[in-house]
Amino acid sequence: MAPSEHDRKIDAGKTPARNADRWIERFLLATTAVSAVAIVSILGLLVAFCLPLLTSGRIGEVFSWQWRPFGGKFGILAMCEASLYLSLLALALAFPPAVAVCCLISGLLRGKAARFFSVLTHFMTSIPTVIYGFVSVFLLVPCIRDWFEAGSGFTLLTAGLTLSLLILPTIVLVLKSSLDQIDPSLRLAAEAMGLTPVQQLRHVLIPAAYRGLVLAAVLGFGRAIGDTLVSLMLAGNAAQHVTSPLVSARTLTAHIALVLATDSHSMAYQSVFASGLILFVIMGVISLLIRKLGGKP
Amino acid sequence: MAHRKVEWIGVVFLLIALLAPAQGSAAEASLQPFVGLEGAIAIAGGTAHIPVMNDAAKNIMTFNPKIRITVEGGGSGVGVQKVGEGLVDIGNTGRPLSEEEAAKYGLKSFPFALDGVAVVVHPSNPVSSLTAQQVRDIFAGKITGWKDIGGTDAAIHLFTRDEASGTREVFWEKLLKKRPVVESANVVPSNGAMKTAIAQDKDALGYVGIGHVDAGVKAVILDGVAPTQETSMNGSYPVVRKLFMNTKGEPSKLVKAFIDYILSGDGAALSKKHGYIPLQ
Repeated sequence: MAPSEHDRKIDAGKTPARNADRWIERFLLATTAVSAVAIVSILGLLVAFCLPLLTSGRIGEVFSWQWRPFGGKFGILAMCEASLYLSLLALALAFPPAVAVCCLISGLLRGKAARFFSVLTHFMTSIPTVIYGFVSVFLLVPCIRDWFEAGSGFTLLTAGLTLSLLILPTIVLVLKSSLDQIDPSLRLAAEAMGLTPVQQLRHVLIPAAYRGLVLAAVLGFGRAIGDTLVSLMLAGNAAQHVTSPLVSARTLTAHIALVLATDSHSMAYQSVFASGLILFVIMGVISLLIRKLGGKP
Repeated sequence: MAHRKVEWIGVVFLLIALLAPAQGSAAEASLQPFVGLEGAIAIAGGTAHIPVMNDAAKNIMTFNPKIRITVEGGGSGVGVQKVGEGLVDIGNTGRPLSEEEAAKYGLKSFPFALDGVAVVVHPSNPVSSLTAQQVRDIFAGKITGWKDIGGTDAAIHLFTRDEASGTREVFWEKLLKKRPVVESANVVPSNGAMKTAIAQDKDALGYVGIGHVDAGVKAVILDGVAPTQETSMNGSYPVVRKLFMNTKGEPSKLVKAFIDYILSGDGAALSKKHGYIPLQ
């Protein structure tokens, strides 16, 4: 503490501006430290809460297929499976239209139309998930029920369709920013060679932004797997094997939301922490992937 | 989301308090204990309790605007935890406390009403009565079509409640006799979500608290007994539970006044109004 006091006195004697800089720097450092500590302690807490599972040797019960909390079965693998399938489904549904939208707003459409779709995409990012959720309950669920004769209509597909709408703008915006980063001379050269806008996108811009495509897909997947409300409201939450897109399924996030309010001494409650840890690890792997992909030039 | 809901409830109460000061002057005797009291009461837990708690809070805050009462849901499990950890003053449960819960937190229970759980279907469903055994078979996955129980040629879309639900607990214990529910049943997180799901699906079957039955859903006659307040009270309808308010140790003066109000004649009238049967 003493040397810094000393430093500050010297600084104060020099210029007030440098003194202010120093304080801003300290403030930023402190906020960064708080965030970092928060993340690390969340991971630490999750691990600590999972420890009783590990030490009591009951971890195997959690990593099994059957979830019958009142019959002594606490498997969450079905939830892992549902989360995985739902996110892949949403990504598969959202990715092609997202690429199309991105191509339209960054080249194919000009002027007002491009601006309009660009603004619309940005607006989509700000729609709260609960809006998507309850609108789908009244509009999409009855359609799925009638068209596919899919039981109650609360299915993986219902949630997947809604989620795809949710992650579409994320994919579009990430893709667009990587298209925008392409060296303008490449675009000019392509144009000079007489390529039409579609040919430019197909043969020059999209291949050049390949890394952006992967990055957008990974981010979209991450957004889908982390979402709680859409799957809780639409996927039906039945803890069972996913045999088709038209069955009711429970994701890890929905599982946490449904079980968190149970008696805190039960095994069911402990499975929530295992679910949380799995999600945390998946998200960690995703952000590592993003770093790896985004880090290289 | 819950937080915003609480805020809204607060805003609504504030408006009511501002708009209706005249009602307070005609105060009933049951509100007299609140004279001169001030402070806040936070309530959370069982969703079945919410309509009663809201009305009581409205009356009390209209009578004495210096008292602030917030009512939150969350389910019975949340009720126990929040009151146990000292986060709220009253934790509501739709089930008796387990011995561990009562011992761990030192909780004191105040039962105030009886709630029945009714099997519900879509109003257009031709099936309007079932035996308990049929309901058990449906939830066990043995009966999967409406045809088998006198209905149309369609599959039964089965809905159940989440693991933390007090409504599920009473239904599962009293009617299903603790037998497992088939895994393919849809799970919804609240009485409201159950009603929404049943009301828009003509082949759906689920269950809600009798207090929540309205024109959107049809309550099924069980073993010849209609699920109503009367049949729940006289014991002929078997799928019933008590609603409890729980406090950590002895309640404070203000909280005690609130509990006494719920237990008073006026409070009983509120319980009755929302489809529950007061215990007095």
